[in-house]
Amino acid sequence: MSTATRPTSATRRGGAAANNHPNGRQRQRWLPWAFLAPTIVGMGLFTLVPIVASVVLAFFRWDIISPPSFVGFDNFAQVAQDPTVRVSFLNTIGFVVVAVALQLGLALALAIMVQEKLPSWLRVFFRSAFFFPLILSAASVSIFMRYLFNEQFGVVNWLLSFIGIPAVPWLTTPTGSAAVVILVYVWQNFGFSFLLFIGGLASIPTETYEAASLDGATGWRKHVHVTLPLLSPTTLVASVMAIINALQVFDQPYVLTGGGPGDSTRTAVMVIFESAFQRLEFGQASAIGVILTLIIMAITALQFRLSKRFVFYQ
Amino acid sequence: MTTTSTRRVVVGQPLPDRTVKRKKRNWSMAGRIVLLAIASVFILGPVLWTLSTSLRPPAESFQLPPSFLPINPDFSSYGQVFKQLNIMLLVLNSALVTGLIAVGQMLTSALAGYAFANLKFRGRGALFSIVLATMMVPVQVTIVPVFMLIRGMGLSDTLLALILPALPTAFGTFLMRQYFLGLPADLGEAAAIDGASPWRTFRSVYAPLAVPGMAIVGILAFNYHWNEFFRPLIMTISEQNFTLPLGLVSLQGNLGTGSISVVLAGVILSMIPALVVFMFGQRALRDGLTAGTGK
Repeated sequence: MSTATRPTSATRRGGAAANNHPNGRQRQRWLPWAFLAPTIVGMGLFTLVPIVASVVLAFFRWDIISPPSFVGFDNFAQVAQDPTVRVSFLNTIGFVVVAVALQLGLALALAIMVQEKLPSWLRVFFRSAFFFPLILSAASVSIFMRYLFNEQFGVVNWLLSFIGIPAVPWLTTPTGSAAVVILVYVWQNFGFSFLLFIGGLASIPTETYEAASLDGATGWRKHVHVTLPLLSPTTLVASVMAIINALQVFDQPYVLTGGGPGDSTRTAVMVIFESAFQRLEFGQASAIGVILTLIIMAITALQFRLSKRFVFYQ
Repeated sequence: MTTTSTRRVVVGQPLPDRTVKRKKRNWSMAGRIVLLAIASVFILGPVLWTLSTSLRPPAESFQLPPSFLPINPDFSSYGQVFKQLNIMLLVLNSALVTGLIAVGQMLTSALAGYAFANLKFRGRGALFSIVLATMMVPVQVTIVPVFMLIRGMGLSDTLLALILPALPTAFGTFLMRQYFLGLPADLGEAAAIDGASPWRTFRSVYAPLAVPGMAIVGILAFNYHWNEFFRPLIMTISEQNFTLPLGLVSLQGNLGTGSISVVLAGVILSMIPALVVFMFGQRALRDGLTAGTGK
């Protein structure tokens, strides 16, 4: 509206197009779209169209070479029957449960310890240390962790030998491999939940603790009765983000175990990758992708409902 | 209510256990420091081992007990990395891809974020919801159609196949919209009264003020794409188009367990840029990673 009040200045400066319309707002109707164009065109082309295409492709059989043919729900039926796919989804769910529980527990415990009374240089050091793995590439981390978990020469088994544990066959047994994938994943990702918890803890007013300690709550009881309830919004966000990220795990199992031994550490995304780019079953890959997306959307929807019902806001 | 009455009781007491309490607190702090120190050893130990092993002769790679500090650094593995792997090309590819994506995302997100925050147009709310909704869909799910699209554009096995799809950013757009909403609106009004066109208002008034926000977007993009593995694995075929993480993984596969120190030297080299970002942009990185998750 202010541009319209000063048509003279616009005339003095602007070109012919600028003073065609007395009403400035009319003139600039296209302007927001110029700002939005790169994002909208890019997202339309590389996100929205692929989403639709992915859903459509899930109902076709296509190997790039011959033209796609409509097969209805065949891909989904095949996916449901395929033992590898089924095992991979079960693996992914098991992985999510264990890894997320470990990640959140560790992050919460360390965040509480860091936020309590501590010399500030130590606090800065610990925070940076726990945050550090987040800046590394999951592929690089998996490369050096593979050496550390080597059965004969690895540092992990060497350390375990001091507490009397004989060499663990980490990467050659199903349980050992699953454990390594989980440990390496949590090692790298707990720092993210840690950051969220730090933020959540910082937003709890200190008077709450003062009141609680005057009521006689100390140590663990203070945290169980004050910290945890007040932290519940953060805990909800942190768990949903951790679950969604863990559902998409790929880099670590791909580099650490290649999905093996057998199918013991194969994950949902690994199966998408393999059926599309190794077996050229693009329809089936899309069907698995659609299922994974639906799971993620369901969890996000659940978060919205839960945050309305159960989470305690101040 | 209850707290005030309790307070009165406590204040009325003649400080019986002050010193006991303080001692107890010191002990609990010491205990916490020990636990936190153990945790940080577990976090930093593997990285220190990687560094020290990369600086020892290949023959000593699997030496036990391991050493976490290189005593007589031996740089031959670093020389080997350059010989066995065209690491300069990998670095160049990674730098090009990551740099262009970071700069591109800073620009696209600043423009779109500004439009969503400061410009009025029909369908603004709905469009913004769509942008946010795309964040829910994982890359792995759209990768098949994106791969086809890239093939159709004749860009398969090029660096552009990695760059182009990553230029628009839903999260960055969200972040920049928040950032522009935080800037005072009367600045734009004042500029408009002075006769500045909307573009000038953005370019000379708002954009300079939004540089810190754009820096967060850039740093996040750098951190993510420098370390990215999944998309390069699918989009590039020939080794000359590999990025660093992909090159390192294939180097490990080629060498077997022969010269670990060479692989680890490559891993350490690939960490350096991320480390620089960590040292100078840690705050921005932290703010960016946790943005939009609070409240």
